[in-house]
Formats: sequence, structure tokens, C-alpha cells
Amino acid sequence: MSEIFGIPTQALFGQLLIGLINGSFYALLSLGLAVIFGLLNIINFAHGAQYMMGAFCAWFLLNKLGLGYGWALLITPPVVGASGIVIERLMLSRLYKLDHLYGFLLTFGLALILQGLFRQEFGSSGLPYPIPNALQGGQNLGFMFLPNYRAWVVVASLTVCIATWFLIEKTRLGAYLRAATENPQLVQAFGINVPRMIMLTYGFGVALAALAGVMAAPIYSVNPLMGENLIIVVFAVVVIGGMGSIMGSIVTGFMLGLVEGLTKVFYPEASNTVIFVIMAIVLMIRPAGLFGAQK
Amino acid sequence: MTQATQQAAAGIAEREREQKQHRIAFVLMAAFFAFGPALIYPVFLMKVMCFALFACAFNLLLGFVGLLSFGHAMFLGMGGYVAAHTAKVWGLTPELAILCGAAVSGVLGLVSGLIAIRRQGIYFAMITLALAQMVYFFCVQAPFTGGEDGIQAVPRGKLFGLIDLSNQLAMYVMVAVIFFSGFLLIYRIIHSPFGQVLKAIRENETRAISLGYDINRYKLLAYVISATLSGVAGATNALVFQLAALNSVHWTMSGEVVLMTLLGGLGTVFGPVVGALVLLAMENYLAQLGAWVTIAQGVIFVICVLTFRRGIVGELMAFFKHWSR
Repeated sequence: MSEIFGIPTQALFGQLLIGLINGSFYALLSLGLAVIFGLLNIINFAHGAQYMMGAFCAWFLLNKLGLGYGWALLITPPVVGASGIVIERLMLSRLYKLDHLYGFLLTFGLALILQGLFRQEFGSSGLPYPIPNALQGGQNLGFMFLPNYRAWVVVASLTVCIATWFLIEKTRLGAYLRAATENPQLVQAFGINVPRMIMLTYGFGVALAALAGVMAAPIYSVNPLMGENLIIVVFAVVVIGGMGSIMGSIVTGFMLGLVEGLTKVFYPEASNTVIFVIMAIVLMIRPAGLFGAQK
Repeated sequence: MTQATQQAAAGIAEREREQKQHRIAFVLMAAFFAFGPALIYPVFLMKVMCFALFACAFNLLLGFVGLLSFGHAMFLGMGGYVAAHTAKVWGLTPELAILCGAAVSGVLGLVSGLIAIRRQGIYFAMITLALAQMVYFFCVQAPFTGGEDGIQAVPRGKLFGLIDLSNQLAMYVMVAVIFFSGFLLIYRIIHSPFGQVLKAIRENETRAISLGYDINRYKLLAYVISATLSGVAGATNALVFQLAALNSVHWTMSGEVVLMTLLGGLGTVFGPVVGALVLLAMENYLAQLGAWVTIAQGVIFVICVLTFRRGIVGELMAFFKHWSR
């Protein structure tokens, strides 16, 4: 058995893999938060609850309608995204003229309602969701065992992140979006329907959270509280990365997942807090965040 | 009279009317807490006073400096843990235990404030939330907090070594003295020149800077005062219930104090007290219904933000202003 710094390589790579998985979720969630923040200037506190709704939606599809994982990946993001659009139309759109803190407080209230309702209905013990047949088993890489499903999560999350980056940075639609972030009035004057764009952007961000929820369902159990602690870590990730760039939030998400995994190997007591410590240090050195623009 | 002196006279009249309103409201509040124990369970009222002080301290930041701290539970919780530990393990008298709790919360406020005031607005909220979560995990793991069990059976002790606080009336009087002193201190701060600068920062940060104020020092000082008073509230609460537990460091508690302030009236002097009373009464009645408390809190949040942004006291004040014309 080989060792690095007195740690068995098996354990090291195992934790790094877990870190990479967590990083995938951090990246997907902070990406959604960044996309929403870019256009709406609102930090979506309900993001964790919407991630949880994604996992529950997958569970419903499987247990009530008999539709498997593949269908869940296809159906869940649009469904939960649509619920986000309803929220945006009915509530958030009334707050754009006010201080942005009100949007944060509104989505906090929504998160309480959603989590409360699901907890009332399903308790807080969690429901199992099986790993789909096609992705069961794993590969022996010689130095470690890699479960297929986990490899899939990392690859899928990376793909979605890069596709989103491409959509926003390289396409015409993304150009409109970035222009509307800079100056919504001017873009509207050019004949682009900015309110509709804002609505769809929120829906898209929420759909990303729901997708992360579906992917998380087989790894963590489907639990009404699965999003509530995660979202605070993701906030810290967002602060570390800075809201400025899409790529920044993706890179920071994966990087911090890995750092957390490494901490679990070398100093497990700090694994819960390491991201917050990093946040504090980054704020002291570079208040705008690693990838943020200094104003 | 010139226009300027007319305006000045109107301003003075306005201020005098406001002071009169405050005096009446203060008398009503004092009467409520003085005669309340005859009608309402005193322990509940003590809890209300602790949380009212907590909410007033929070309101000093959000209502008067415009800083939304989403991590105030760390000060309440730490104050409670330290007071409980020093009273139980070190055997300190209650007033010293509360002072220790307040001091630790104040230092925690200084450290977290130095980090958090580097960013404004929504970032400030996220940073304080994250720092409070760090404190929460610290409290879960640290040996002296007793983890999931908390610190139980904390002795109330003898105030100054003389007055036995296991007597409910003595405890009630002590909590009331602490609450009213804290309340008056905050009132004094708001209406001092320092408070005027805080309001200037809230209204227009750039202008406050250009007038030569070192705004970060003002923000930090307000933050530390708020943290210290929250620590006092937490320490007192821990002695009342003879318990310090994890729920008072959890982020839901940070959300609760935001809700108390918002519901009662953001930036009003008496709003947080009313908000604390209403919210705690609701929690008391819904306590058996489990998750419905959370749902009701969420609904109140949404309603407050969408249609009721002035809060109960803010709406009342607007009503009286309209009515007195």
C-alpha cells in the first residue's frame, strides 16, 4: 500500500473524489446564483430549496409516475424552472425598484416556506433514490475505485458549466444578456424585451439548481433539509470567487470542493469550516474576490 | 420670517412631536412590562425582553446604518454559551457571567466586523451569514458547549452575591432592568451626533465620505455595539432558561431577528420590541405544529417584503401622522 505524507493513497484519492463531487455541486449552484445575480441583482436565497425541489421532483417521477433517472434529468429542470418563473412574475418583479436586500429577504422567506412544507409532508429523515442501472458499478483505476455514477456527475456538471459559459460569453443571446446586465434601459431601447429576459434568466438559474438536485438525489438521500446548509457554503464560494465572472464561479466551485476534500484527509476537524476560513482570508487580501472586478 | 427659518421651525416642531410620541410609547411599553406578569406567564415575558433587546441591537445596524447582518445569531449564541459556562463551571455571579458573555460577543463582533465591512450591501449579508455558520460549526465541535446537548442546568445564582435569582420576581426585575437600560442606551446612540453620522452613512455613503467621515470606523463601532448588546441579550436569555443550546447560534435565529425587526418596523425605535413580542407569541401558539412555525415565518417574511415594508410601528406612525393633519 503506497502512502503520500503518511496518508494511504486510497484514502487521499477517495477524499479528493468526494471533494470533486462536492465541487461539482458548488460549481453548478454558484453558477446559477451568479447568472441570476448578474441580471436581477438579487441573491437567490431560495436556491438551496430549489435544489431540494429538484431532488424531490426526481423522486416523484420515479415513485409516482415510474419515470426513471433519464426522464428526471429532462423533465425536472423545466418544471422547477417554471415554478421559479412564477415566483419571478408574481413577487420578485415587484421589488426591482427597491433596495436589493429586499429580494434577498423575499427569497429567504420563500426558502423557509418551501423547506417547511416539504418537511411537514416528508419529515426530515430523507428518502432513498437508487443509482440508475446504466450507471451502477465502477472502474478500477489501479490506484483507486471510481464509481461510474460519481464519474458521471463530475463530467455532466463540467459539461453543463462549460455549456452555460459558452452560452453567455460566446453566443448572440449571451451578448444581449451581458448588455442588459450593463445597461438594461439602453438594451430595452434597442427593442429587446428585457423584462422577459430577466424572467427567463431567473427560470434558467433555478433550472440549474434543480438539475444539481436531480444529480445529487442518488448520492445524498432526498431530504427536505439537503439544501439549507449547502446554500450557505455556496454563498461563501460565491464571495470567494467574486460575482463578476461565470468562469470564476465554476473554477472556484471545483477548487473549493477539492480543498475541502484535502482538509478531510489532513485535518478532518476543520473540514466544515475551511471554506469559511478561506473566505475570511480572501476578503482580507482581495475584498472583491478572486475573480471579481475591483470597484 | 424667511423661508429658511420657517423650515427650521417646522423641523423643530416635527422633532418635538416625535419626542412626544416616543415618550407616550415608552410609558406604554414600561406599563406593559410592569403589569404584564399579572396576566401573562412571566418567563415568556422575560424571553420577549431578551429578544426585544436582541432585535433592537440588530435594528441599530440595519435600520440606522443600513447594514443587513445575516449572522447575528453568532453573538446571541456566543453570549449565551459564555455566560452559561462561566456561571456553571467557573461559578461566577450572574452579573459577571453576563458581562463575560457580552465581552466575548463584542470581541467576536470586532473580528467578524473587520472582515465583513470590507464589502457592502448584499455581500455584507452573505459574509456575515458565512461567518456565523463558521461559529455554528465551532459550537457543534468545541468541548465546552456540550455539542447537541448544550449547557444544561445553568445556575441563575445570586445577583452581586446577595439577591437569589431563583426567585422569579427578582429574575424578572433584573431582566427588565437590563432590557430597559439596553433600550435607552440604543435610543441615546441613535439620537447622538454619532447616530446622525450613522444615518448619514445609510442615506448616502459617498457623501458621508466626502464630508470627511471615516465611515468604516463608524460602521465597525456600530457593529461592535450591536454585537455586544446582542451578547447581553443572549447571556440574559441563557440565565432565564438556565440553558445554552445550539438553536440560538443557528442561522434560522439570524433570520428570526431580521423578521422581528422587519415585522415591527425597520428603523423605528419601538418596532423591534413589537416585532419580538408578536413573533414569539406566534411561535408559542404554533409550537406544537412542528414545521408550520417555519412556514408561518416564511409567509410573514414574504408579506412584509411585498406589501408591509414599514412594519407594524411604521404603519401606525404613518397613520397617526395622516390623522393628526
